[in-house]
Parts: sequence; C-alpha cells; structure tokens
Amino acid sequence: MHKHQPGASAKLAIRLGTVTFVFVFLVASCGGTSPSGTSTPTTRFPVSITEPGGAIVTITHQPMRVVSLSPSATEMLFAIGAGSQVIAVDDQSNYPSSAPMTKLSGFTPNIEAIAAYTPDLVVAAEDTAGLVHGMQALNVPILVEPAAKNLQDTYAQIKQLGTATGHSSQADSLVGSMRSQVGSLVASVSKPNRQLRVYHELDNTYYSVTSATFIGQVYKVLGLTNIADAATAATPDYPQLSPEFIVSSNPDLIVLADTKCCQQDINTVAARPGWRAIAAVKSGQVVGVDDDVASRWGPRIIEFMRAVASHVQQLEKQAA
Amino acid sequence: MLGVKVRAGPALPAVLAGVPRLRWGWAAAGCAALLVSCGIGVLVGPVHIGAGTVVQALFGGAVDPGQANILWSLRFPRVVLGVLVGGTLAIAGAAYQGVFRNPLADPYLLGAAAGANLGATLAIAFAPGTSVLGVNIVPLAAFVGAGAAVAGAYVLGRSVSGLRSATGLILAGVAIAAFFNSIQSYVQQTQTSSIRQVYSWILGRLVTAGWDDVLLILPYVLLSATVIFLHRRLLDALTLGEDEITSLGIPVRRIRLIVVVAATLGTAAVVAVGGTIAFVGIIVPHTIRLLAGRSYRVVIPLSVLFGAAFLVLADTAARTIVAPAELPIGVITAFLGAPFFIAVMRSTRAAAL
Repeated sequence: MHKHQPGASAKLAIRLGTVTFVFVFLVASCGGTSPSGTSTPTTRFPVSITEPGGAIVTITHQPMRVVSLSPSATEMLFAIGAGSQVIAVDDQSNYPSSAPMTKLSGFTPNIEAIAAYTPDLVVAAEDTAGLVHGMQALNVPILVEPAAKNLQDTYAQIKQLGTATGHSSQADSLVGSMRSQVGSLVASVSKPNRQLRVYHELDNTYYSVTSATFIGQVYKVLGLTNIADAATAATPDYPQLSPEFIVSSNPDLIVLADTKCCQQDINTVAARPGWRAIAAVKSGQVVGVDDDVASRWGPRIIEFMRAVASHVQQLEKQAA
Repeated sequence: MLGVKVRAGPALPAVLAGVPRLRWGWAAAGCAALLVSCGIGVLVGPVHIGAGTVVQALFGGAVDPGQANILWSLRFPRVVLGVLVGGTLAIAGAAYQGVFRNPLADPYLLGAAAGANLGATLAIAFAPGTSVLGVNIVPLAAFVGAGAAVAGAYVLGRSVSGLRSATGLILAGVAIAAFFNSIQSYVQQTQTSSIRQVYSWILGRLVTAGWDDVLLILPYVLLSATVIFLHRRLLDALTLGEDEITSLGIPVRRIRLIVVVAATLGTAAVVAVGGTIAFVGIIVPHTIRLLAGRSYRVVIPLSVLFGAAFLVLADTAARTIVAPAELPIGVITAFLGAPFFIAVMRSTRAAAL
C-alpha cells in the first residue's frame, strides 16, 4: 500500500508545483468521533499524499509518533500545531527549542535507531543511506520533503505536512498569513530608482547562492539583483565566488549567513583585503543573519525577509 | 637544529665528481618561466584590467582607485603567495625524494597533509573565527597539525626501526596519516555545517588574508628553502646508497633529519595558508629530472623556479576558468599536471627514470 520509488524522491530539484492531495478513502460513514489524541485532526484519515518526488504515501491514521529528520520540516510541524505529535527530531533540528532533539542524523540516517522510536510517520529532507527503502520495509510511512526551490514549494510542504498530521486548517492559515506578510514586505520595498545589488555569503570561503536557489528566489521577490547570478553558467546554484569579482561587483547590500559557522560580521568583512572599497561596507549595509534561518525553507523565512527588507528600505532612504 | 652544519667528509667532492651542475641555460629558462607566469598571473583575472593599468599600478602610477584596490589588495598578493607555495611544495618534494630515495615521496609523505587537514578541520568546526595573537586560528592549527604528524611519524619510525632504514619512517608516516585522516573524517561527519569550508580547505585555495599571509609564511619558506638548497650536494651523495656514504663519514641520519625538518617546516607553512594542494611536489621535480637532469644541484634550484611558475599558472586558471566563480586549485594542479607529466614521460621515453 505504500508505493515509493526509491531514488526519485532524493532529487532535490524536483518542483512541488503539481502537488496534489488525493483522498482515496472518502468513507461515507465518517460522521463518527474523531480519533482521540492531543489535538483534533482537521484531516480525515486514511489519507494519501503525492510527494514532491511523485511517490504516493498513504497514512492510515493520525500519526502520534512523528520522527522528523529535517530541520525545516521540524519548524513547519511545530508551526502548524503538530509539535505534540513529534517524538524525536534529528541532531540539526534546533528550533523551536521545545523540539525533542535526539542524536538521530538526517545526513547519515540509521534505520535501526529511527525504528527504535516506533514512529508512525517519518519526515526527511532527502533519501540517503537507503532511508526510504528501510522505512518501507518496516511499514512506516515516510514523507520526503526536499529543499524548497521557492516560496510556493514551502507553502506546499507546509500544507502537505498539515494533511499528513491532521492539521490541515492550521497549515492553511499559516500559509495564508505567510502569503500576506510576504505581500506587505514586497510592497514595503517600493520600486527603487536603481537596481540594488546583493551579495549573500554562505561561509568565509565566499560560497554564495544564485537565483536558482530558495534563498536566491527570496532576493528576487524583493527585487534585488544577485551578483552571484553571473556565475550561473559554471555553477548553477551555489558558486564559490572569486573575491576580485565580489569587490568589483560593488554590492549595495551584503547578507552574512555565516554569523554562526564562521563568526563573520561587518568588522571581519571590512578587515578583508580590499573589501573596504565595497559600497555595502562603506555605508554599513552588511547584515548578519542567523545561518539556520537563512539555510532552511520553513516559516521563519519571513523573519529573514523582514531583516533584508528593512535594509533595502534604508538603502532607498539613503538614495533618496 | 636547523643551524647544525653538516661536516661533509673530505671524500664528498671526489664522490660527486662527474655529477652535472646546473647549466645557465636551464637557470635562465626557469627564471623566464617564473617571470612569464607571474606576468600572466597579474594580467589575467575575473575582473578585466588592462595591461597598461597593471604596469602603471606596479610602478606606482596613478590608476583608478577601484582597480588599484583589486590589484594591490587581491591580485598581487595572490600571485606572490602562489610563488611561495608552489616553490616550497616543489623543493620540499624534491628534498623528500632525495632523502628517502623514493620517487613517490612528496611533501605530504610523512603525514603533513593529514595533520594539517585535521588541525584545520578541528579549528573550523570547534573554534570558528578565533584568532591567536592576531593570526587566524585555522592556519595556525594546520601548521601545528602538520608538524605534529611528522614529528609523530619520526618518533614512531625511530622506535621501530631505529632509523636505520627509511622504510620504517615512511610506514610510520603512512600509519599516522591514516589515523589522522580517520579522526578528520569523523569530525567532518559530525560537524556537517562546516563541511563546505573543510572541503574548500582540503582542495586548496590561495584566497586568504592577502599580504598578511605572505608575511606570515615568508620566514619559514625562506629558511626551509635555504637549508634544502645548502644540502643539494649531500642529496646527490645520498643517491650513492646509505652504506657507501656512511663509510665515507657522511652522517646520513643527521642529514636526513635536517632535510626532513626543513622540508616539513616549509610544507607546514604553505599548507597552512593554501590548503593541501596536491601533486606539485611530485610532478615538478620529476619533470625537471626528465628534462634537465637528475642531479640535485639541478633539481633543487629548478624545482623552486618551475614549482612557483606552475602554481601561479594553476591559480590563474583556478580563478578564471569558471569566472566569476572559482575552482579549487588542487583540482587544477592534478588535472593539468597529470597529462603534462605523462606527455613528458612519453616524449623522454622515461629513460631518465
């Protein structure tokens, strides 16, 4: 009953645009009481979910022992009120602090260790080390929610997790509120007179992101020009940029997503050879963001957008 | 220890009679190669800057401040760093090959790369952004790691074979390297958030702190190169075989220790700022042997010149091939170096090997 194509779901680049929720068993006599639990499901079980990878996952009853191996999914689960059903999260899922962090790894998953929690739903960001196959063998439904490519993917994943955990209406209202916040943030950065250039830094060896990535899409939504897009031909998503190029591109805004990993801030950036000449350094528009928020595709992306938008507003004021 | 003078026995000149000296033609070719590669290195980059502007900037002329900034803060120190790193890796490789009389020896033979990688990985994972006495902790940890690995190999090798044979030392180095690599892999596995930085470091990259790095490694590089250079005739003597030259009164073990320490010091310094760049220490000395001669009086000085030239060119390729992105320099050195080396081997019919 659990059909899954191993490998297919591992493809991170698969778009979620065509996600559909198929309710296979529309039981006519479902007027009975809802399953008991910590929350009242707003989904009727059993439910079948078409994954981003195209596989269909069937969940027979509302999951009460969810294991999340994806930090982004963990944040989504807690944001839609499914937190109390989550019994274990992986070693990278450090938000929210109430999430039951364990030593489980989503990077090198250990099937036996996951099975020891007797989960009734496993959520992961990728199918590595035979994860999907292993869970199928144990008859545990597993949802793979790969790295989102844009905000639409995030919305779709939140809704999908809502369906899977019995929190459809909360998921719908979270997505609605995110959509409206994104709308007002985009409106708040009125059309600037000139194209503002942004450089997003993943670490202090100058790895960056192009517009083909989730975070790059966020810059695009905010109307910024991403200097890393010049490197798309050779490395489509996460190029390692040449410092000569960064300095000569003269970005108006530098976003540091390496404040935790590499302790970078405006002072360390200004101390790099030649970087003092960059407009963003001269005007102080060097923004430090939480590495985790900037590398996940969960609900906190709104916080990230708000931080970037406020600096764009400052830049526009300076220009005016 | 490095200051110890090696008293070569009176028999040395006789032993070395007939060993060819460095010809002027080759010395001139080496200098020319270095000059040309440095010229290309300063003229070519992801940002187009005209040759006239570069020459003007070099000789203190007035140029656009933006372009001057790029040239003086980024491009020039990078070329100089390439010269230091390439020259040191090549001369250290030649020295190791001479001391161990092993054609496969490279600057990392005794575990320097594994030690440097472990040191850098630990620093990146557990002490990001820390600096000690104004120096970033990553190169410092790499330097200490490289030194510790080689010292460990030396002590271990000595305890098992008493250093009578070089084989015990090499095997100790292999064991130490495997041990350090396993710890490094474990740390990398558990600290997935720093994996990109560690990867970047291991494959090597000459993007660092500009002139600060040049000044940081300059003393070690100069000391290392000088000591190895002064021992080039003794390395020739070593090719005769340990027993023969021991009977001539030449202290083989002490020479080996001094040269290994000097080569390791230089390697540790350049690895600390450039990462573990592969293949330069093997390919450059061997190419010189095939083309210019096997004598260490030829190989040692030419290794410095051609090693420096090769790395400057490799780095120019690293920062231009996928511009404005960059490739790790270790990818370039092996990708361009291996086919070139095979071509040289074929054309010389490997007679000199």
